Amino acid sequence: MKPGLKRSNAPIFWSLFGAGGMLSALFGPALVFITGIAVPFGFILPADAMSYPKMLAFAQNFIGKGFILAVIALFLWFAAHRIFHSLHEVGIHAGVGAKLICYGSAFVATVISVVVLLGLGF
Amino acid sequence: MTENLKIIEIEVLRYNPESDREPHLEVYKVPFSDDMSVLQGAQYIKDNFDGSLTFRWSCRMAICGSCGMMINGIPKLSCETFLRDYYPNRIRLEAMHHFPIEKDLVVDLSGFIEKLESIQPYIIPKEPRSLEQGEYLQSPKQFSDYIQFTSCINCTLCYAACPQFGLNPDFIGPGAIALLHRYNMDSRDGAAAERMELVASEEGVFHCSAVGYCSEVCPKHVDPANAVNINKTNAARDYFLRFLSPKGGSK
Ligand code: SF4
Ligand code: FES
Repeated sequence: MKPGLKRSNAPIFWSLFGAGGMLSALFGPALVFITGIAVPFGFILPADAMSYPKMLAFAQNFIGKGFILAVIALFLWFAAHRIFHSLHEVGIHAGVGAKLICYGSAFVATVISVVVLLGLGF
Repeated sequence: MTENLKIIEIEVLRYNPESDREPHLEVYKVPFSDDMSVLQGAQYIKDNFDGSLTFRWSCRMAICGSCGMMINGIPKLSCETFLRDYYPNRIRLEAMHHFPIEKDLVVDLSGFIEKLESIQPYIIPKEPRSLEQGEYLQSPKQFSDYIQFTSCINCTLCYAACPQFGLNPDFIGPGAIALLHRYNMDSRDGAAAERMELVASEEGVFHCSAVGYCSEVCPKHVDPANAVNINKTNAARDYFLRFLSPKGGSK
């Protein structure tokens, strides 16, 4: 075995990426349909399905909070990882800076989501 | 053998380290019959136009893995690729991408050989076994777990296809990881934890961004991309669970 091998920390980002990828594949299209087409056009779903009181109640529910957090945070970790690696693939070896911007924004957005969701109360 | 033969133009990337500063293309007009492979085309050039043209080959039957080259930009074994499939267009032969060129179509494979050694490509028994214990028995299921990954002929076409290897030659790469997986999956082997150090390292599986082109070009249907992906999951599990398991894959 080669000497001096360093364990990669990639599993952390890769797991978030994998979870986000799976989630976005499962829920992404449905969410786009519901929030972008069905509700605004009152098509299939009633137009007030996403009214403020309903959404607030959803975000105050424990499971609702979990869903919102997962959808926001994991989608972003997925995107951060994909963008960072795609940059590398198209020959932009942006290095630490790009890494910080990509994963950093996912991290910041995750923290903000947690704070806001907790702030909404139960 | 000249009557009734069609003529195909073969453009070859030439490089002589003793006289050339960089590789350049040269075109040869090669008469061919329908049963002639690209390798035979190269041999025709060597025999009739320029004896210094250098390329590797041995078996001529897609089993030794030495005749790989870029054929119109795609990594292929030249002995199982036929000139007739390109005629009447010109065909371009280049050394395999992502490897340093030694001469003409011959690349330097020493980095790959080192990687091959580093994966410990041999069965490391779980425990010492005496002659009296007899042979190992393996069920068809245990056999099918690894047999696909034994088909690798070390042609390195998958390396020529892999953009991540092209960007970072330290990456262990598809072929070697497929072979590593072959030994890990063998019921007689007990060294998966030892090999994990390499799999989970910075040179290991996480370089892969799941492009999948390696599996597409593999002439033996080894599906190295699948081996890499399975080992990503294994390495992630090892990363998070290593504190729980007494042995723990690597440090
Ligand atoms: S995995 Fe396939 S393409 Fe890669 S070296 Fe082995 S036989 Fe060649
Ligand atoms: S010459 Fe052996 S694989 Fe092509």
